[in-house]
Amino acid sequence: MAKSPSIFNKLDWPLLMTFLILMVIGLITIYAAGYNPDHPKIYDISQTYGKQLIWIGICLVLGFIIINMNSKVFSVFAYAYYGIILLLLIVVLFIAKEVNGAKAWIDLGFFRLQPSEFAKFTTCLGLAYYISELETNLAYAKKLMMALGIIIIPFILILAQHDMGSALVFLSFAFLLNRFGMSDYIIFAGFFVIIISILSLLLSPVYLILSMVVLVIIIAFFNRKSKDLDKYIIVGVAITSFVAIYSISIDLVMDKLDKHQKDRINVLVGKGGNDWNVRQSKIALGAGQFSGKGFLKGTQSKMNFLPAKETDFIFCTIGEEWGFLGCGLVIGLYVFLMMRILYLSEKHSSKFSKVYGYAIVCVLMMHFIINIGMTVGLVPVIGIPLPALSYGGSSLLSFSVMIFAFIRMDSERWIYTS
Amino acid sequence: MQDIFPQRIKMIQGVIIFFSFLFLINLFYIQLIDNKYKIKAKDNAIKELIEYPSRGLIYDRNNKLIVHNTNQFEIMVTNAEVDANLDTSQLCKDLAITQDYFLESMKKARKASRYRPYVFLKYVDDSNYQRFQEHIFKYKGFFGQTRFVRDYPYANGALLFGDVGEIDSSQIKKYADTYTYLSGDYIGKNGIEVYYEDLLRGQRGIRTVVVDALNRVKGSYANGENDNDPIAGKNLQASIDINIQTLGEELLTNKRGSIIAIEPSTGEVLALCNGPTYDPNLLRGGNRNKYYPKLLLNKYKPLYNRAIQGLYPPGSTFKAPSALVALQMGAINPNFAYYCPGYYPIGKKSLKCSHRHAPCRNIEEGLTQSCNPYFCQVFRESIEVSNSKRFQKDYDRWYKNICRFGYRRKLGIDLKNEKRGNVPDTAYYNKIYKNQWRATTVISLGIGQGEILATPLQMANSYCVIANKGYYITPHVIKGIYANGKFEPNTAKKIKVNVPIDKLYFDRVTDGLEMVVQAGTARASKIEGIALCGKTGTAQNPHGEDHSIFVGFAPKVNPKIVIACIVENGGGGGGLAAPIVSLMAERYLKDSLPPASLNKYSSIKNRHLINFQIDE
Repeated sequence: MAKSPSIFNKLDWPLLMTFLILMVIGLITIYAAGYNPDHPKIYDISQTYGKQLIWIGICLVLGFIIINMNSKVFSVFAYAYYGIILLLLIVVLFIAKEVNGAKAWIDLGFFRLQPSEFAKFTTCLGLAYYISELETNLAYAKKLMMALGIIIIPFILILAQHDMGSALVFLSFAFLLNRFGMSDYIIFAGFFVIIISILSLLLSPVYLILSMVVLVIIIAFFNRKSKDLDKYIIVGVAITSFVAIYSISIDLVMDKLDKHQKDRINVLVGKGGNDWNVRQSKIALGAGQFSGKGFLKGTQSKMNFLPAKETDFIFCTIGEEWGFLGCGLVIGLYVFLMMRILYLSEKHSSKFSKVYGYAIVCVLMMHFIINIGMTVGLVPVIGIPLPALSYGGSSLLSFSVMIFAFIRMDSERWIYTS
Repeated sequence: MQDIFPQRIKMIQGVIIFFSFLFLINLFYIQLIDNKYKIKAKDNAIKELIEYPSRGLIYDRNNKLIVHNTNQFEIMVTNAEVDANLDTSQLCKDLAITQDYFLESMKKARKASRYRPYVFLKYVDDSNYQRFQEHIFKYKGFFGQTRFVRDYPYANGALLFGDVGEIDSSQIKKYADTYTYLSGDYIGKNGIEVYYEDLLRGQRGIRTVVVDALNRVKGSYANGENDNDPIAGKNLQASIDINIQTLGEELLTNKRGSIIAIEPSTGEVLALCNGPTYDPNLLRGGNRNKYYPKLLLNKYKPLYNRAIQGLYPPGSTFKAPSALVALQMGAINPNFAYYCPGYYPIGKKSLKCSHRHAPCRNIEEGLTQSCNPYFCQVFRESIEVSNSKRFQKDYDRWYKNICRFGYRRKLGIDLKNEKRGNVPDTAYYNKIYKNQWRATTVISLGIGQGEILATPLQMANSYCVIANKGYYITPHVIKGIYANGKFEPNTAKKIKVNVPIDKLYFDRVTDGLEMVVQAGTARASKIEGIALCGKTGTAQNPHGEDHSIFVGFAPKVNPKIVIACIVENGGGGGGLAAPIVSLMAERYLKDSLPPASLNKYSSIKNRHLINFQIDE
């Protein structure tokens, strides 16, 4: 019997290396952001960078184990993992201590477990399992409802923890559902709602409704000879009434929001408010200019101007010390990472792996968009880590498991090749 | 199972690419095009710290320090640094604040900024600050900051020296283009403090340091080559003699009124007292907010600077200037005699003389007796010099001459809000009497009653003209401005105004004023060894008892001091105002009060016409 080739020959090295490089960039950046001259050693575990180093070590060990396991442990027990994390999400509501307004952590003494981070991974598994078992696609409403249910349960539980950022990530699964059968119109409707939301924050509902009415009249005018004129009008009136109700209710909701939430939204649409975070973030980025101030030379990010400089705003430190080049490189690495996973998923003939790969791209993409988006001031400030870069054990562990699991699945591609 | 939508991968790929480019474009703009963020970055990491200058000190004419600075402290807090286990009860005890204040202030601090220092508590005094500093290691996130506050060691001259307080936003805006003030800066609010604000203020210093967002100074930037030391405000020398200032305020205890003393040869104000008054230290630092409204609302109006704002009929004190004008106009000669029948007839009515007395044979006797009919006749002669039908022309001449004494104009003292008083002109009378008026209609002007109103400062100033025999110098309270190692004279205020009247007339009137004290209405106010000249006044007013007025100078030859005193509702001029003026003059000229005068001093001090209290 021929000796089967070593597992390391079957790994997708470009993907693995990209992920590892991102982790190393993260470590260096955390070191720079939290640099403490009294503790210059990167492995000093009293400092954030020392702790991150330990987490990276743990992730690598875990990754090595996952790569050497059969990927069936993920697919077969997918619902079990999903269920366990759902339980933890419920438990956390009762026993968690409130930190920064969110009740998201279970304090284990040595480690603060954040179940919502792992919920992203288990939801990917759950969805992959459900969709890969389907006999037909998600164009059927009943199947779609089930898939939506898998997403919405953890979504609501995380929302109940006041962890807005993590909850938003679950919305990205819409792209997954679309890929596997959900109608394009739902995606377009989603975009439409987002655009209307932004517009109604910017404009008074009156203008919005008026312009919708004008639009409907114009469309009706150009189609006045059409047989379907009545249909155009009915649809137009329906959409207009939706816009009216929606924009007015956004106004009402804005009144009910907490001050800091309102501030964040108002800052974004240029209506003032307390934009301290965003301004400081832009200042730090701007200070970097083309090639950055250089390693450990950043002042803005280092000198506590930024809150969460090692976690949510870590991209600022990259921007300040490595400039536009550094930012471009990191963005490039993320794009490559996601594209590579999509490419490998499409090649895979196991539907579970294919859906799973898609799912984790959705998660990565949402983190990528929200985190960098808020750093450059395009998205409201929502606390959400940058995958593999931000300081934090739960997040790093969760992403490592996600990626290594996919690498393992991908390495098994030959089994399914017929 | 068949995969039917492989092309839909483009949707998610498109979103990823779209956002990546959006971010790159945005970063390109922030990092390479927009300079706004680059500049701010410098501001933040390299911070300019303000160093407050010491405000100029004020000395009196004998170089006694009368206004200086002491330290007060502010406690700052940086919310993000505060320990969750902070011992709040200890902190509240140390700073003598309540738990409620603590919670309220922390809430405000949190709202303002989590990362920037916020003024947690203002106006912390020395002992509280010491206690706080002892335990500072327990109060993570808190630190102290020094501020200068004013101190008035003599506790007097409240409205004269004024006070300082935090600048309000409208004033900041006024100086916005020069960045003179920042929110929270102190600015002069009253008296000398506000008039000489520009000199006293000094200039802020700037220290450029590397700080983090918690405002923790990490070191000096570029070895301090961009730093400016603060420049202390200029020291001023007031013309005030703090001894007689103190005496004057003591004499006005529980009385409404004012005393103003001027050195006639220089126009330097020696004392400017108001009653009732308060300790200016009350308005220091945080107490200002507490006491200012109370003072403002007090029914005796202690914030009203009567010396330069109070408008009173000058009463009989007006007879001396009025006589001088009549003499110079040629309406009378110094030996003008008038038999006082006890009243002065005005049509069917008459104006009474205050007392029975021998006929007045000349101007000296008229003044000595303060005879009302005598001076009504003098006034009538002045405005009917040429012809009783053409009295309006003469009235105009009289009006112009009398105003030369400084009535009906702001004298230009270096204090704000001086009032100009009033002497009616012909236009005014033509208007209210519809041209139907005659000398007798306005006859009460001759005895300083009627429409004529003057401030105590104007009354004193008009007697400076008599003391100087023909001129006055703009009264001023600041004598010197410190420069080049000494006080340089404050030339801005040394303006001489001539009053063209013959010296002979001044001599005769001065003789008369001396007789007033020697044998006339103020004979109880003689000063042992010093010839005090002056004139009593009893101003009738609609607010109750007459105002007691005395204006005089001493000594008779080369007068050193002119004093005007008015005690509201104090009765006749000889009763309160004259002895006050004599005590002031004696104290100033003899450097102390002889035992004989001390009795007079305490009896006046203890005479309470009002019961002035500042409620707690």
